[in-house]
Amino acid sequence: MNNTWLFILQALTIIVVLGLIYRPLGDYMAHVYTTQKNLRVERGFYRVIGVDPASEQTWPVYLRSLLAFSLIGVLFVYLLQRIQEWLPLSLGLPPVEPGLAWNTAISFVTNTNWQSYSPELTMGYTVQMAGLAVQNFASAAVGIAVAIALVRGLSRRKSLTIGNFWVDVTRGIVRILLPISVVAAVILLLAGVIQNFNPFEHITTITGGSAVIPGGPVASQEAIKELGTNGGGFFNANSAHPFENPWPWTSIFEIILLLAIPFSLARTFGRMVNDNRQGYAILSVMGIFWIASAALLTWLESVGSGTASQLAGGAMEGKETRFGIVGSAIFGTSSTLTSTGAVNSMHDSFTSLGGGLAMLNMMLGEVAPGGVGSGLYGILAVAIVAVFVAGLMVGRTPEYLGKKLGGREIKMASIYILITPTIVLLGTALSFAIPAVEKSVTGTSMDNPGLHGYSEVLYAFTSAGNNNGSAFAGLTASTPWFDTALGVAMLLGRFLPMVFILALAGSFAAQDKVPVTAGTLPTHRPQFIGLLIGTILVVSALTYLPVLALGPLAEGLK
Amino acid sequence: MSTTLISQTGSPLPGQRKKSSAFSASQLFASIPGALRKLDPRVMWHNPVMFVVEIGAALTTVLAIAQPFEGGSAHSTASPTSAAFTWSITVWLWLTVVFANMAEAVAEGRGKAQANSLRESRTTTVAQRVVAYDEATDPGAERAEFQQIASADLTLGDTVVVTAGELIPGDGDIIWGIASVDESAITGESAPVVRESGGDRSAVTGGTRVLSDRIVLRVTSKPGETFVDRMIKLVEGASRQKTPNEIALNILLASLTIIFVVVVLIINPIAAYSNAAQSVPVLVALLVCLIPTTIGALLSAIGIAGMDRLVQHNVLAMSGRAVEAAGDVTTLLLDKTGTITYGNRQAAEFNPVGGVAQKALAEAASASSISDPTPEGKSILDLAVALGVAIPEAAAGSVSVPFSAQTRMSGIDYADGSQVRKGAGSMVISWVEESGKVPPKALTEIEGLTARIAQAGGTPLVVARRDKTGKGQLLGVVYLKDVVKTGLAARFADLRRMGIRTVMITGDNPLTAKAIAAEAGVDDFLAEATPEDKMALIKKEQEGGNLVAMTGDGTNDAPALAQADVGVAMNTGTSAAKEAGNMVDLDSDPTKLIDIVGIGKQLLITRGALTTFSIANDVAKYFAIIPAMFVASYPGLAALNFMALHTPQSAILSAVVFNAIIIIALIPLSLRGVRYRPTTVSKILGRNLWIYGVGGLIAPFIGIKLIDLVISLIPGF
Repeated sequence: MNNTWLFILQALTIIVVLGLIYRPLGDYMAHVYTTQKNLRVERGFYRVIGVDPASEQTWPVYLRSLLAFSLIGVLFVYLLQRIQEWLPLSLGLPPVEPGLAWNTAISFVTNTNWQSYSPELTMGYTVQMAGLAVQNFASAAVGIAVAIALVRGLSRRKSLTIGNFWVDVTRGIVRILLPISVVAAVILLLAGVIQNFNPFEHITTITGGSAVIPGGPVASQEAIKELGTNGGGFFNANSAHPFENPWPWTSIFEIILLLAIPFSLARTFGRMVNDNRQGYAILSVMGIFWIASAALLTWLESVGSGTASQLAGGAMEGKETRFGIVGSAIFGTSSTLTSTGAVNSMHDSFTSLGGGLAMLNMMLGEVAPGGVGSGLYGILAVAIVAVFVAGLMVGRTPEYLGKKLGGREIKMASIYILITPTIVLLGTALSFAIPAVEKSVTGTSMDNPGLHGYSEVLYAFTSAGNNNGSAFAGLTASTPWFDTALGVAMLLGRFLPMVFILALAGSFAAQDKVPVTAGTLPTHRPQFIGLLIGTILVVSALTYLPVLALGPLAEGLK
Repeated sequence: MSTTLISQTGSPLPGQRKKSSAFSASQLFASIPGALRKLDPRVMWHNPVMFVVEIGAALTTVLAIAQPFEGGSAHSTASPTSAAFTWSITVWLWLTVVFANMAEAVAEGRGKAQANSLRESRTTTVAQRVVAYDEATDPGAERAEFQQIASADLTLGDTVVVTAGELIPGDGDIIWGIASVDESAITGESAPVVRESGGDRSAVTGGTRVLSDRIVLRVTSKPGETFVDRMIKLVEGASRQKTPNEIALNILLASLTIIFVVVVLIINPIAAYSNAAQSVPVLVALLVCLIPTTIGALLSAIGIAGMDRLVQHNVLAMSGRAVEAAGDVTTLLLDKTGTITYGNRQAAEFNPVGGVAQKALAEAASASSISDPTPEGKSILDLAVALGVAIPEAAAGSVSVPFSAQTRMSGIDYADGSQVRKGAGSMVISWVEESGKVPPKALTEIEGLTARIAQAGGTPLVVARRDKTGKGQLLGVVYLKDVVKTGLAARFADLRRMGIRTVMITGDNPLTAKAIAAEAGVDDFLAEATPEDKMALIKKEQEGGNLVAMTGDGTNDAPALAQADVGVAMNTGTSAAKEAGNMVDLDSDPTKLIDIVGIGKQLLITRGALTTFSIANDVAKYFAIIPAMFVASYPGLAALNFMALHTPQSAILSAVVFNAIIIIALIPLSLRGVRYRPTTVSKILGRNLWIYGVGGLIAPFIGIKLIDLVISLIPGF
């Protein structure tokens, strides 16, 4: 079967399954975040933390709760790594050194899961489970909560509050992430993903060589790694490791897992604003980007130049033969278009333009479909700018879903759009602009000289700023500069945008709704879908073309 | 200078009514001094996008001057560094700033011309101020003492007397007397208008001239704040404040500028790693090409021109905000009389009864109307003529009987004793019954007809006669119709497609109102409306999130005018009404409300379209500049040079030149406004996306290529 048919078959499978779960999952999530009823376990939890689930918060309070919750998360994960030697099930590993511990704590709390370390050599089972896996749930729930707060703002009128952060985050974990993870973990377990607390086993192979067989509670972590668009692998090889991802079909299953919530949130959005067509419009934009990018990457990797590529029938370097070009390309696309960052092939070894495309996927702002929650609020922020310009062109003060887009709203949305590129560009430039840093970057970190080495740095900051977490693996990032700078990039890239999204939610909620008339710009038609796609493309292309030209483009157009 | 009620093309924006709206090269030249004055950084600061360009221009100027002293290639860069190149970039960057200033100056200049003609009317006159005005005993101030005072010194509440031939010294309300006033200085309308104390036509404007009689008026404005003063400030753009949408758009443009500054700043650190560092002029050129200079340059000109278009329609907006709100209006309240109907009823049908020939009825009806001076009477004659009835001359000895409130009939008595009457049904019937019993069949016929006509919103007029023996006979019913202006239904349909509801306001009974509403094609109506009802309706609409526009002239309209989002006061109205509204229509034509909405929309559309165009342009400029910058280091990037531009130098310069020239090229469009036709939102958006989005992508590719062809002829490029 050639790559074209393989691609059609795999993409179709994913689309059909996602299509089947779109409505039930989306509707279910809308129900979770709108119902008044609390589960017993939730009520108990609220009592423990002293929160009245019926009381709602204004956006600044919502934001403060979120930041406090995340700060505690960072401190806890940091502490856990630092006291690793005294923890049970630590496989005798030493405490993680401070720079790396800080980087890792931020990485997991920000839903980035950038790993500057090799997990099997650094983190014991307790840190993995009590620290990292917990944040896999928590950070995902935080992302969804922010998206829901924004959607609430859009759906309410003259309301001072946008929901209760503690309720949203609790429900996200208890009612959405946990149940699905359990089911997914069982399926992965049945497929052969390991789940044990065995220490690493040293064995002698048939040929007489020695090997280490790792163990660990992998299946449980693998499920939330994908479902929460986290991406932090239990093993260094991430989803390329057979213990994380044994079969071609588990690879497809993992792709479906990581796309399920981001895509279905479009339905939740449509449901909550009482117009499912709005959800379908957003879904279409996300879907078109996904399919186009996956097809393009498959093509770029299939026609990879060079003798080795031609003999292998594609750029097979850094790819698992059990996944092939297509299985790797679709996984890579899905991982970089969401904020997952999990990999089942090495992006560093992609063709120059293919690697550039993976970067571009992130540079689009991870909105197609993006991370859990962050994808939805990201695409809505771009939609607001698109509606503003298009709305002017039909001769009305622009409005989106009945909310007027005035100075304040445009300010919030444009700052949101400005933040991530600024972080990415500045981080990359500083890596070369500060002489001492430049020395460390080019001397220690870069595995490849020249253009490709630069691309590795650009990829790192793009991944950190967008909270993706995947890497051009050639880069050695466990240096003081990268630990610190990428940590800052992840932190700012996660929480600064949230500030403006929540502010936006607050100002939408406070507004009355303008009635929809024939003069209102319709935001559910193909015309709008095209407009939004164009806006996303133009905004990111204009921002990133020069830096892409100096890296992947220069390399690929040799 | 009356507005055509319905323009035949369907375009509600006859913006070309005045020659002054045409854009000419001479205006452009005239604007140069103003444009240069605006180069002052303190002025430029208010336009962040162009301010960045100015800084860039200043920077390249310094570099260009310093270049010869640097000793050639002091610092190695991969990009073009010849002196000719640096100077060319510098010159064109300055031109970019100047062109932007010219756009604004041209727009302001057009306003200034109007302001000057207004200012002429403001010449100081001597006012006759009444000392100790006593309203009770001497309302006409005939025995009062006068004090001569310069009109500029008049203050609020002063009482002055103006007699025929004098200029009215300030805005005020007539408190005594009646006069004909020439308001052409303000309205351009040469026919004098009548102004009288009390009622809704008591307001007069300073600078207009009393042509007859003598009036006493109370000054209602402070010096320097008269109507004309405000008008001058508005059309000059002096008191122009940024409107909400303009502020929002400015924020978006500023954000784009910031991101592009970052993009350009980070190029060299990265490029240096690849030995592809760029010279500063090249980076400045890239920055200027990327930031949205086109819309940044034209934004304020668009706003000024929007106000200007209103002034050309003889409408004064008290703020730019009002113009913008006009584009957002979702509910139009339209007074029936004068806006929807012609204001007087006209005969539409002759309906005979009891076997009378229609011609006989028409003859009788016209006979009774020969001496009838009312428009209704005249329209009966017109209809009869149209039916081929010869109108008889008033017979000798006949006496016309005028309409009176008691009889509610009018008609004619002939010398031979025969009589004809027309009038309200019950009165005419009883007049006939005075001479004997009316056949019941005719009676039921009459009743049926009058009921039908009333239901259709018309007024039935029963016609009867008595012959010389005194025997009475009912002839039939004339259908007097409230005639709806032609073409309105189509226009309302257009508005409906734009999402604007029309509500007719009338004092008629609900039955009549309903019929007229149906005929005119309005969406809703408010019958037997009092000012309170109107106010309640506005509030109800606003609670539902609608923006309401209305017209009004009376003092009792003032609260509603103030409440409405767009309140257009008629210039003939009271000063209370004018004060309450946020626009004044100098022609006092309520139909113009529809045009005003169109102008508001056109203003917003123009801004959106040029923003789209400006951003779409960036793509082509990137493809010109990026390969030019890096092709020396990475020859492979030549693949991005789609346009096959001559050399890197010429490519970069071409992009900068295009970026500057497009500003000048778009000045006429920004002053005229993007073509706007009421149709569905999707169609408008589709069209504008096509022209300004896709067009904006393609046009610069062609433009830059052409400029490159020219530049490549210059040696050294």
